[in-house]
Amino acid sequence: MTPRKPWREMGLTDSEYDMVLKIMGREPNRVELGLFAVMWSEHCGYKNSRPLLKLFPTDGPRVIEGPGENAGVVDIGDGQALVFKIESHNHPSAIEPYQGAATGVGGIVRDIFTMGARPIALLNSLRFGTLDNERNRYLVRGVVAGIGDYGNCLGIPTVAGEVYFHPSYEGNPLVNAMCVGLVNTAEVIRAIAGEVGKPLLLVGAKTGRDGIHGATFASEELSAESESRRPAVQVGDPFMEKLLMEACLELINEDLVAGMQDLGAAGLTSSVAETASKGGCGVVIDVEKVLRREEGMTPYEVMLSESQERMLIIPREGAADRIQEIFDKWGLDASIIGHITDNGMFTIQEGDQIVGEVLVKALTDMCPVYHRESRVPDYYTRARLFDLESIPHELDYNNTLCDLLNVPSIASKKWIYQQYDHQIMTNTVVVPGNGDAAVLRIKGTNKGVAVTVDCNSRICYLDPYKGGMWAVCEGARNLACSGARPLAITNCLNFGSPEKPDVYWQMDQAVRGMAEAARVLQTPVVSGNVSLYNETRGGKAIYPTPVVGMAGLLTDVSKRLEMAFQDPGDYILLLGEVRDDIGGSEYLCLAHGVESGAVPDIDPADEAKLIELILSLNEKGLLKSCHDISEGGLAVCLAESAIKGNIGAEVKLALEPGQRCDGVVFGEAPSRVVVSASPQDLDGISAKGKELNVPVTVIGKVVGQYLEMAVDDQVIIRQEIGKLASIWGRAIECQMD
Amino acid sequence: MRFGVVVFPGSNCDADCYYVIDQVLKAPVEFIWHKETEIKGFDGLILPGGFSYGDYLRTGAIARFSPIMQSVSDFADRGGLVIGICNGFQILLEAGLLPGAMLRNNSLRFSCLPVNLKVKTDQSAFTGGFEADEVIALPIAHGEGNYYCDDVTYQELLDFDQIAFTYCNKDGLETPGANPNGSRGNVAGILNRERNVLGMMPHPERFSEGILGGEDGARIFASMLKSFKEGLG
Repeated sequence: MTPRKPWREMGLTDSEYDMVLKIMGREPNRVELGLFAVMWSEHCGYKNSRPLLKLFPTDGPRVIEGPGENAGVVDIGDGQALVFKIESHNHPSAIEPYQGAATGVGGIVRDIFTMGARPIALLNSLRFGTLDNERNRYLVRGVVAGIGDYGNCLGIPTVAGEVYFHPSYEGNPLVNAMCVGLVNTAEVIRAIAGEVGKPLLLVGAKTGRDGIHGATFASEELSAESESRRPAVQVGDPFMEKLLMEACLELINEDLVAGMQDLGAAGLTSSVAETASKGGCGVVIDVEKVLRREEGMTPYEVMLSESQERMLIIPREGAADRIQEIFDKWGLDASIIGHITDNGMFTIQEGDQIVGEVLVKALTDMCPVYHRESRVPDYYTRARLFDLESIPHELDYNNTLCDLLNVPSIASKKWIYQQYDHQIMTNTVVVPGNGDAAVLRIKGTNKGVAVTVDCNSRICYLDPYKGGMWAVCEGARNLACSGARPLAITNCLNFGSPEKPDVYWQMDQAVRGMAEAARVLQTPVVSGNVSLYNETRGGKAIYPTPVVGMAGLLTDVSKRLEMAFQDPGDYILLLGEVRDDIGGSEYLCLAHGVESGAVPDIDPADEAKLIELILSLNEKGLLKSCHDISEGGLAVCLAESAIKGNIGAEVKLALEPGQRCDGVVFGEAPSRVVVSASPQDLDGISAKGKELNVPVTVIGKVVGQYLEMAVDDQVIIRQEIGKLASIWGRAIECQMD
Repeated sequence: MRFGVVVFPGSNCDADCYYVIDQVLKAPVEFIWHKETEIKGFDGLILPGGFSYGDYLRTGAIARFSPIMQSVSDFADRGGLVIGICNGFQILLEAGLLPGAMLRNNSLRFSCLPVNLKVKTDQSAFTGGFEADEVIALPIAHGEGNYYCDDVTYQELLDFDQIAFTYCNKDGLETPGANPNGSRGNVAGILNRERNVLGMMPHPERFSEGILGGEDGARIFASMLKSFKEGLG
């Protein structure tokens, strides 16, 4: 039985349906309605986020392609460019973690090779509920295995990532996958339709019923009924993707394609509509020509299927035969499913019969845009006014350090990244766990590329504006700590329902913060993705999680930096201020059960100066290790450098009048890094710090087998490195196995 | 010496192996597509790692039916040097060029990490450049590297000095803790009776340059080169 308001079931509101009626001048049939529903979903149409996305700086001297293409393209010199983007697969992964995560990887990889680039690295940013719950452990196992199996089979190394465990993601985990590709600048492919009459070739996997309305599903809140939406989760076949990738790269190598567009969210509908819209033309599709793996599929199902590993190709004149040969070599099926027209219409036929016809621009440019209501939430005001002086000063520092190292969000992520092949392609010169960012060499050059993903969502929750800046600054800092100059950003904006004024305010603030920091650090946003309606069963929004993916360049890869302390006798220095803020820290949450307080001040201009200092010191070869201060503060930062170097450190700090000792040791104030250097280089480092106006403080020495910290001449921490390494190294493993 | 890197659909370490031979060893090398039925003008073959045919059904089980495999077998029969790495090892097992079989890692998880290996014999074209019992480091990256064979086969591997590498700790002890996947006898790589076919799970091509963290891998390929030249001499 057809429901009385079928558009609601497809995810369109009554007023959106009225717009459809106005555009069409008649009632749409089911196929046409389906096209509108998926193309006007948040996932495809960005109807709630578009006004905010305009705030991002997107231009820069190195930007070749900004947002709008399948992925951003950034010049790295020598006629080469990086192509990168991050994308979410949150809702599918909540329902079917293995396939949800696997197809998330598959989708982002296609975005990259669609641009003509060879994918060279994968990253991911994950959020789960806490590990004391079996359902969450099941999600972690499934997501990690899904990401691993897909990327490993494709032969693309998964080189970096981040993962946090927090109750706000209970029932709504986040799975964001990022892919980085390398391309010769002259060979960048853009998804632009060719001239009238040109055929459209669909190649790759056969079309089935999986993932129908996946884009709509991704744009709704998860509910008790979501389990029954399991068929809306796609199934991945990494072997097919590998064949498709190699075949497509061969086509590009031989210059055989005029346009290329992968099939992702909203399947054939979206890729055809986007291609035609960008080319300013019309298109005719015959659904009978689409090769299928299931019988009896309706035109509606064919158009909305999100079967994976498919690609739409517009061949160059006279290239059809050679293209067919290449597909034959790789054992891929291809069929001509339609051609380009000049009438601006998206026409769908089943054989000779027209089963749907919609103006192309109606699906893309006429997508409604909402300026949602925004309201400052009460919790924000409470957090800012929270009296941090009410937190007791007395503390067992030794136990607190051990407890912090045992927090899964801080502990080693070895259990996860060892399930990912991170060395294939033999470019990974800073492997996961060793540096603040992963570094890949570019074969045939002296260059290296550093990549990272970052977001501290607790900070984003307590103060989304500062949190947005925080994510950008942390990403840039991590790149600098590995010796790279930050180039550009991709982001994945994960939030709750934009229809809730509190949540929309979070989005608005976070985007403004990110945009401001990106402007100051001269790292434009070149691509991105938005994932809204991330809410748990009780209708509570996740912590705002605007994940920043960043790429940076090392002109000389031999100057890459890692976090490990190197040699006894080296000095340890803090670059940046000695600060004692505890607001929003992991320490405050862990030791005092408080997630509140004013977030430490952050100024992207300070970050920019710090980055300049790190890069200029490293350029002169003055640094032996570099690690930024983040979750767990200075103490955890020192412990990690010591654990990685398997060597101890003696650190002495002096408090300024009024400073909190716990804040100096465990506080997370941004724009600070810890470096180690040979004694003879101290003067050079201090002089450079003065010149660039960044405080430089000698805080200790690399020595022995203990981490010892003294404040005002009183030893507050003394722990054997082997013991710290064991706690930090096994925390996740202990909970998972 | 001219190397050939056999490419199956789903091979993904083919380019890495090619790079090492070409750029590190500076020796001639070419790809050989799996549909070829003849192997001409090659002196050594590399079956690279990856997921041939997606490793659906069972690792290496479909690749062994590729047209090229009959020629690989003939090439080995003629005494040509064949090294199978990771998925290449699995294919050699499925093809019967080496004895035994692979099970899933005992952790039931994919494992990518550097391991220590003990060179069990220097009496082969692949290990001639090492000292027997030398401890070297190479990375592994596999989900099914848990080598299994029956008692008779295992005894034969020992009797005929066919075990090339075992997993060990940094002191060279073949402890259970040093075994990353549950392999029988900590076996990481084996030779055929004729000693011209090697299968190994660790990836020598990934530790063939200092910038990548180790150079022990290049010594295996260099041993092949040296042995080939001496054979000619």
